[in-house]
Amino acid sequence: MDFLDNLVKTFFDVDSMLTVAPQLLTVGLVNTLVISAASTVIGLVLGMVVAVMGISPSRWLRIPARIYTDLFRGLPAILTILLIGQGFAKFSQSIFGPSPYPLGIIALSLIASAYIGEIFRAGIQSVDKGQLEACRALGMNYGRAMALVVIPQGVRRVLPALVNQFIAIVKDSSLVYFLGLLVSERELFRVGQDAAVNTGNLSPLVLAGIFYLVVTVPLTHLVNYFDQRFRTGRRRPTAPTSGLKEVTELDAVTPLTTGSNT
Amino acid sequence: MSSTTSTSADQLTFRGSSLQLKNLCMAYGDVPVLRNVSLQIAPGTTTCIIGPSGSGKSTLLRGINRLHEPSSGDVLLDGEDALRVRPDVLRRRIGMVFQHFNLFPDHTALENVALALWKVKGMSKSEATERARRRLTEVGLGERADHRPRDLSGGQQQRVAIARALAMEPEVMLFDEATSALDPELVKGVLTLMAGLCERGMTMAVVTHEMGFARRVADQVVFMDEGEVVEAGRPEDIFDNPRSARLQRFLSEVL
Repeated sequence: MDFLDNLVKTFFDVDSMLTVAPQLLTVGLVNTLVISAASTVIGLVLGMVVAVMGISPSRWLRIPARIYTDLFRGLPAILTILLIGQGFAKFSQSIFGPSPYPLGIIALSLIASAYIGEIFRAGIQSVDKGQLEACRALGMNYGRAMALVVIPQGVRRVLPALVNQFIAIVKDSSLVYFLGLLVSERELFRVGQDAAVNTGNLSPLVLAGIFYLVVTVPLTHLVNYFDQRFRTGRRRPTAPTSGLKEVTELDAVTPLTTGSNT
Repeated sequence: MSSTTSTSADQLTFRGSSLQLKNLCMAYGDVPVLRNVSLQIAPGTTTCIIGPSGSGKSTLLRGINRLHEPSSGDVLLDGEDALRVRPDVLRRRIGMVFQHFNLFPDHTALENVALALWKVKGMSKSEATERARRRLTEVGLGERADHRPRDLSGGQQQRVAIARALAMEPEVMLFDEATSALDPELVKGVLTLMAGLCERGMTMAVVTHEMGFARRVADQVVFMDEGEVVEAGRPEDIFDNPRSARLQRFLSEVL
């Protein structure tokens, strides 16, 4: 029983959970969501740029995109965050003030954009080549054909993967604490961690974990829902129709088939 | 540039331009696929291009609107050097219909037709939509304007694709095996539509396996094999009096 008591006290101490809960909710969760959302938005924009460069016919666009992707995908997130957060601290100070918060977001955005760029690229490249050809045959230039027809189709296909990426960003946002955040800027992990140190048990961190799960688990299910819907399509089953019906219809309506009006 | 269509009331006649190919050569990388193809297509006539697979028929069409750049030779559209115009500008004058339709799946039939009118021709959205609706009605799909491609049969999709190309008021229409992917009972509807265009004065280059159509509708039939034009002439000559051994062989296989 001692062991079980210990276990409950260490991980599930209700008192310390209740003490830290308001802070987790009003400070931690808010900051985690702000950091994740901002990084995702910036990551999406940069990722699209990287993806479009990556499939460009020009190697002078492709090669930099490749290097960028390899770099930020290949480095551990914590290393990128520290290098950027501390390396550009002076520079950031003159723009954003002393808080490392913006730099944390930027570092996370750069990492995210490398992954998102690959997701976008895969999606865009999976669109049938005939789509681009049809656009070009209609007189659209490459950029317009991509923007109007090809990219929207590609993006729609990778929506599930993008939600997955957002989940990864939510989790990675905890790494920003390494940069030393102000009290009001602490995200879930840091709030939980500080409280854990104060109370001497891990319950606040467990609660922080629960908060993460509350955000991420519904999203994973959203992904599954998306995925299924995209795979099966929205098409409702219809009763089989005979091709002959169409032939009859066509005979009735097509003015071009009657030679009289030439 | 000749004006291409005049829309009187709701009926449509075309003024197709002439198309001339001189010693056209095309290659994929180092591999030559088209050798010295010369061809003359008079305004308002239909030329059917037949031949075994891999003979370069589709490549030829793609050279005309420069989806694939020719490596040498000349393409003259209405007497103008088509290889000196910007490709985007050239392609606004040449309509193309593909074997697999290549409709935009996220858009309705109406939007498929209207998109380029709006974004390329610079029409207002309402103008573009109105014209698109007329073109769809002309191909017998007025009722299905709001369907997406996946809710249309192959034949209907191809007719949307034809309407989409026609809406741009091209001077020449290229058909790349437009009926090859269709269920047999739906082939006739599309061919009839194409024959109607021909009667109305559109200049057409039609790559096809429908020999009946070629015989009935074409003013000129071109037989290609191994990247060359082997024989060209009136349909009667090609189908009834094939001179080359290759054409005789081909016809004996397909007829």
